[in-house]
Amino acid sequence: MDNIVSLKNIVVEFEDGDQILKNISLDIKDKEFVTFLGPSGCGKTTTLRIIAGFLEPTSGDVLFEGQRINDVPPHKRNVNTVFQRYALFPHLNVYENIAFGLRVKKLPEKEILHRVGEMLEMVNLKGFEKRTVNRLSGGQQQRVAIARALVNHPKVLLLDEPLGALDLKLRKEMQVELRKIQQALELTFVYVTHDQEEALTMSDTVVVMNNGVIQQIGSPIDIYNEPVNAFVADFIGESNIVNGCMPRDCLVEFTGRQFECVDKGFDPDETVDVVIRPEDVKIIPAESAKLTGIVESVVFKGVHYEMVVDGVDHKWIIHSTKAEPVGAMIGMTFDPYDIHIMKKVQEG
Amino acid sequence: MKKLKVFSAPYLVWMIVFILVPLLMVAYFAFTTDSGKFTIKNISNVGQYANIFVRSIWLALVATVVCLLLAYPVAYLLSRMEKHKQGTMLLIVMLPMWMNFLLRTYAWMTLLGNNGVINHVLGIFGLGPYKLINTSGAVVLGMVYNYLPFMILPLYSVMEKIDKSVIEAASDLGCNSASIMWRVIVPLSLPGITSGITMVFVPAISTFIISRMLGGGSNLLIGDLIEMQFLGNAYNPQLGAAISLVLMVIILVIMTVMNQFSPDDQVLI
Repeated sequence: MDNIVSLKNIVVEFEDGDQILKNISLDIKDKEFVTFLGPSGCGKTTTLRIIAGFLEPTSGDVLFEGQRINDVPPHKRNVNTVFQRYALFPHLNVYENIAFGLRVKKLPEKEILHRVGEMLEMVNLKGFEKRTVNRLSGGQQQRVAIARALVNHPKVLLLDEPLGALDLKLRKEMQVELRKIQQALELTFVYVTHDQEEALTMSDTVVVMNNGVIQQIGSPIDIYNEPVNAFVADFIGESNIVNGCMPRDCLVEFTGRQFECVDKGFDPDETVDVVIRPEDVKIIPAESAKLTGIVESVVFKGVHYEMVVDGVDHKWIIHSTKAEPVGAMIGMTFDPYDIHIMKKVQEG
Repeated sequence: MKKLKVFSAPYLVWMIVFILVPLLMVAYFAFTTDSGKFTIKNISNVGQYANIFVRSIWLALVATVVCLLLAYPVAYLLSRMEKHKQGTMLLIVMLPMWMNFLLRTYAWMTLLGNNGVINHVLGIFGLGPYKLINTSGAVVLGMVYNYLPFMILPLYSVMEKIDKSVIEAASDLGCNSASIMWRVIVPLSLPGITSGITMVFVPAISTFIISRMLGGGSNLLIGDLIEMQFLGNAYNPQLGAAISLVLMVIILVIMTVMNQFSPDDQVLI
C-alpha cells in the first residue's frame, strides 16, 4: 500500500503566535480508514482542513500521491469533504445538491443522471430527488452530504465529525454504513471525531491528538491495549491512572504497595504513570488482598456494574458483572500484564 | 400570544388613519369631478403624460441597475469581512444618511454646476466645461447617491447569513471563485436582490426633489407632475390623485412580476 496523503512537519500558527498544530507528520495509506481522534481544540479539524485545502499551513509540506500540493486550491484537489453541519445548498433540491460537483465539471446530462442515481441508491434516498434539503431529517441530510461528496469519485473523502448531530442509534447505524461504503468503494477515508468509541469501531488506523501534537498512531487494538501515555489511556476508554515508580524492571510501586508487571527499561526509581483499565481490576476477598478499599457507589451500566472504590490514595473505577454492596470492604488485584506503565507526559 | 395582540392595536389605528383612509381619499378624488360627481375623465387624462411615465420608469430603472451593480460587490465584501470590521464599514456606508436628504442633493448641485467644483477642477487641466447639471444623468446620479444604502443593506443582511461552510463546500466540489459567485452566492442572495430593488425602485420612481434640483425643468418626473397638481400652478387635485393611482398600479404590477423571481417563502408584498 502506498501513501496517498502525507503531512510533513506541519505547523499552523495564528497571528498572535498561538500554535494550533505543532509539527505534525503523518502518512495516510491508500484505501485506509484513518481517524483523527482528540478533544475539541486539539487540532484534528485543522489538520483535515489542511488536507482539503481550506487552510494553508504556516510551514511544512502537504503531499498528495507524492506531489506537493500546498499551493493547490481546494477546487483543484482530488479530495471531497463531508462537513460538520453538512453545508448543503439550501437553494437546491436533493438531486441538484448531489449533482452540483458534476455540473461544475460540465459533465453530460446523461452521465449526471446515471451517477446521481447510483449515489441515491447507495445512500437509500431514492424517491427524495425533488425534496428541498431543509425538509429532510438530520440523518437524511447527512446522507445527501455523503452522496454529494462521493459522486465526484474523489480519491480521498474527508469527514469532519459527520455524525455529531445525530442521535445515538442513528449514529451507530451510520457508522456501520459508512464503513461499508468505504470498503465497497475501496476509498481512503479521513475521519475526524472526538468520540473514542466511534474511532475504535470504524478505523483501520487511529491518530490520537492533543494540543496540536500527535500522541499516538496505531490500530484501534494497539491504541486501546497499548496506550503510549496517560493522556491516550484516559481518552480511549476509562482508566485508573495513578502515580507510581519503578524500583526495578518488572516491579512497580503505587499506593504504597509493590506489584509485579511486565514493563521494563525504566530508570531505577523513575516516576511513572500507572494505567489500569476498570475491567482489569479483579475483586478478591479483602483478607487475602494487598490492596483494599471501600465501595462508594455502584451504578448499573447494562452489561456491567461500574463501582467506585475508595482505596488508600486513589478512587478506583471498577467494571464488573457482579456488584458488591456499597460500604463493603473489598480487595483488589491485577494481573501483571494488565498493569500498563507509562513515562510521564512532558507538559507543553 | 393572544394577549400580545393588544399591543398591535396602536399600529392598527395608525394604519387605518394614515394609510387606508388616505388611500381611499386618493381613489375618491381620482374618480370624481371637483363638484363630487363620478367621472373617469381624470384617469383617461393621465394618458397625456405617458412620456413622463416612461421617462420616470426608465430613469428609476437605470438608477436601480446602477445601484445593484455598485452595491453587490460592496455588500459581498462587507459580509465576508471579520465581524468587528463589518460594524465599522457599515457605519461608513450609512454615514451619508445621517445628513439631511436635501442638503446632500444641494451639495451635488454645487458640485455639478456649470461653474461648479467638478468643472472647475477639469478646467485646470484644460477640459470642459461640461454640461453636468440639468441632465438626466445628473438625476440618475442623485438617485443612486441617495438610495445606494437601501440596496447595500438588504443585500448585506442576506449575504451575511450565508454559511461560510456552504461556500467552502462549493469550492470543495470544484468551484473557482467566479462559479462560487454564480452558483451559490447569487442564488442565495436573491431575496436580498429583490428587496433591494424594491427599496430603490419605488422611491426612485416617485421622487420629485432630485429631478427638480438636478434635472432642471427638462427632466420632469411623475413625482414632479403630481406635486404640481397639488401645490403648483397647475392646481388640479383630481388629476393628481388619478396620476397617483395609476402610479400605484404600475408599481404593484412591477412588484408582482418581481415576486415571481423570489423564492416562495420570501414574498415581498
